[in-house]
Amino acid sequence: MYLEIPKKFNPIVHQARQVAREVFRPISRKYDLAEHAYPHELDMFASIMDGMNDGAIDGGAGAGKLSGSKASTDTTGNRNGTNMKTLLGLIELCRGDVGLALSIPRQGLGNSAIAAVASDAQLAHFGHSWAAMAITEPGAGSDSAAIRTTATKDGDHYIINGEKIFVTAGERANAVVVWATLDKSLGRAAIKSFIVEKGTAGMTVERLEKKLGIRASDTATIRFENCRVPKENLLGDPEISVDKGFAGAMQTFDNTRPLVAGMAIGVAEAALAHTHKLIAETGTDLGYRLQSWSQPAVTRELQLLEAELEAARLLTLRAAWMADNGLPNSKEASMAKAKAGRVGNAITLRCVELCGSLGYSEIELLEKWARDSKILDIFEGTQQIQLLIIARRLLNKSSAELK
Amino acid sequence: MSRDPVGLALSAMTRFAANPLLDRLGLRSSVEKTAYHGTRAGFRTLALAGRGFNRVANWLPRKQLPEKAAPDLFNLTLDADQQMIVDSLHRLAQETLRPAASMADEARAMPAEVFEAAASLGLTLYAIPSEFGGVAETSSPVTSVLIAEQLAWGDMGLAVALLAPFSVAQALSLWGTGEQQSRYLPAFCEEHPPVATIAVDEPTALYDPMMPSTQATPTKSGYCLNGLKSGVVLGAESDLLLVSACLQGKPRVFLVEAGLPGIKIEAEPAMGLRAAQLTRLTLTNVELPLDALLGSEDFSFEMFLDRGALLRCGLATGTAQAALDYVIPYCNNREAFGEPISHRQSVAFMISNLAIETDSMRLLTWRAASRAETGQSYHREACLAKLLCNEKAMEIGTNAVQLLGGHGFVKDHPVERWYRDLRSVATQQGGLHA
Repeated sequence: MYLEIPKKFNPIVHQARQVAREVFRPISRKYDLAEHAYPHELDMFASIMDGMNDGAIDGGAGAGKLSGSKASTDTTGNRNGTNMKTLLGLIELCRGDVGLALSIPRQGLGNSAIAAVASDAQLAHFGHSWAAMAITEPGAGSDSAAIRTTATKDGDHYIINGEKIFVTAGERANAVVVWATLDKSLGRAAIKSFIVEKGTAGMTVERLEKKLGIRASDTATIRFENCRVPKENLLGDPEISVDKGFAGAMQTFDNTRPLVAGMAIGVAEAALAHTHKLIAETGTDLGYRLQSWSQPAVTRELQLLEAELEAARLLTLRAAWMADNGLPNSKEASMAKAKAGRVGNAITLRCVELCGSLGYSEIELLEKWARDSKILDIFEGTQQIQLLIIARRLLNKSSAELK
Repeated sequence: MSRDPVGLALSAMTRFAANPLLDRLGLRSSVEKTAYHGTRAGFRTLALAGRGFNRVANWLPRKQLPEKAAPDLFNLTLDADQQMIVDSLHRLAQETLRPAASMADEARAMPAEVFEAAASLGLTLYAIPSEFGGVAETSSPVTSVLIAEQLAWGDMGLAVALLAPFSVAQALSLWGTGEQQSRYLPAFCEEHPPVATIAVDEPTALYDPMMPSTQATPTKSGYCLNGLKSGVVLGAESDLLLVSACLQGKPRVFLVEAGLPGIKIEAEPAMGLRAAQLTRLTLTNVELPLDALLGSEDFSFEMFLDRGALLRCGLATGTAQAALDYVIPYCNNREAFGEPISHRQSVAFMISNLAIETDSMRLLTWRAASRAETGQSYHREACLAKLLCNEKAMEIGTNAVQLLGGHGFVKDHPVERWYRDLRSVATQQGGLHA
């Protein structure tokens, strides 16, 4: 048993930390204020990241690498691999800026989906694109099985009709992985995902959302009107097998949920570290003691927040570690996301409060982090959905029994 | 607060009602007759052995167990030895501790058979280097934490009592001088080891264990101890007590053998941990020799307390896990409005959060213990683990009662006892050392 980060990951953590500090932080406020401006500064950074990954002996890191199996193994067979490495890097990037981390070219959620279920031919064709993920619709968020976008077979094509909202990188990405149903009457088993390249006739980016936070990330509404897509663009198995159901698509989320948890940890770490620094400047004693009732209230509060964040971090590392070791981790991934989502939000908000009107103003980034953190407890499965998933596992209940 | 006429009347009535004359004159209904005073155990309890310890002429040099080398990788699996310890202690918890717990709590006493069953597992041997009769090869706070988890899964009150001598052995192994180790450690490896305890807590609000009011005044032959200690586990049954006191402005620990003049021990029952027979210790001019001061220049009282916190966090995690394991089948079986209550989100979510926070406590504790085991700094991690456990352990305790509704409030189910025991996580600092 050992709960420290392996030394061999120090370089990637260090690298990501430098990117956060030298590339992201200097432009953080700029793109928070200019919500729909394209962050050109990220193009060069993305090329560097591509270069790093293509040359990486150990399989690289990033959205498209999560299913990769190159890892460090010890004599007992224990592995620390791509899931943990990607998580650690992402935490650092999000310590810089969550919105910008979500806007790195070729690091979309769609890329994770492609990596998880694409055939070799699909990987060859789409492996180097920037793919967004389009699932949510105006009438279907948490209940993703209720989506109404259809994909109708027509010769060598599928025709897609429907409207998708809240698509992260929906405008900037050059491809979109779209969830659509082959047959609404057959329920979730008929839901498949399709890669639709930008420029395909019938796909229109209709609007970009104005948001509370992560304003550097473009969030798009995309309409599909008789959009013809080659049948080779269906990801995974075209057969509708009722028993297999949703499994393939949802499996991606077991790997990506810890990453979203990581984002929450990153932004919370930023807030806590900065608040600690500002409060230390007041001369308050911030030392750790076992009996904390005699300490200043702010000291106790900072340490409680730090303890909660540490809990989120270790739960998330556990989920990534389990993924690297091939252990089913659906419950643990949800526990990580639930904990990190809620404490990330609570910490960023409390940090603003602890710093008074300085924390509240745009002079510091604290108020921005408090706005950015909220979405992390919502997208990729809300807090409540995570608690539901966990409860069903613990209580051994189906979705019909425990709603 | 000043009393009005009604208040005065109520006060007089209460005093009148307590008057034994009422009973003699048959004026109190039989229902109101007091139940029983003191412990009517119905089982054999521990007794003070009254054993002494021999100063040896040729003592062995101090033996500090070496730390483990830090592994390369993050890893949450237990090694074979640890798994074996966990498995056998889980069995002990299930088969011996759990069945005895309710009775022990009611009687406010530790059943001797339970104590002997645990002793036969040789727990304390894990704390002691082989030079002194034990089996420990490396310092292993992680193993201590795992032991605490399993025992507390059985029952926290019994666990605290069982871990009291273990903790003293750990403390002597880590901090003791060669003479102190030679004098005391072999006794812990015998067939009938001594009962021993660590006295840290004192009965004042906002007590800071780093600043005990108990004073150790230097004398010609050693030290003179004066002060009050509270919540001392198995105080009346202990042959050896480690007592924290302030020596020239700094907190230190003193080895106090039972029976010295000036020591008064009284039962001090508390909200929970009732089987652990907590006591109040009054020290009045207790004379101690020079070598009663635990350890030498490298003794760190902060680290001494941190080790206690680690073990306490292990206990908290174990009892929290017990609560989680108990409420799941209960809520799946309990029906209301036509279906199991576990089908309601409010119930289901409470259980999800119980699991999240139990795992959170466990991981923070494991990390702190693992750092201690591999010679890394762990004060920050121990403080954070303790802080989290202080908050979450009680939250879990109160929610476990809530999930059982009215049935959670009565003694037919163990959750009300776990509620009372879990409150101790944040209040007690003594009795434990990983």
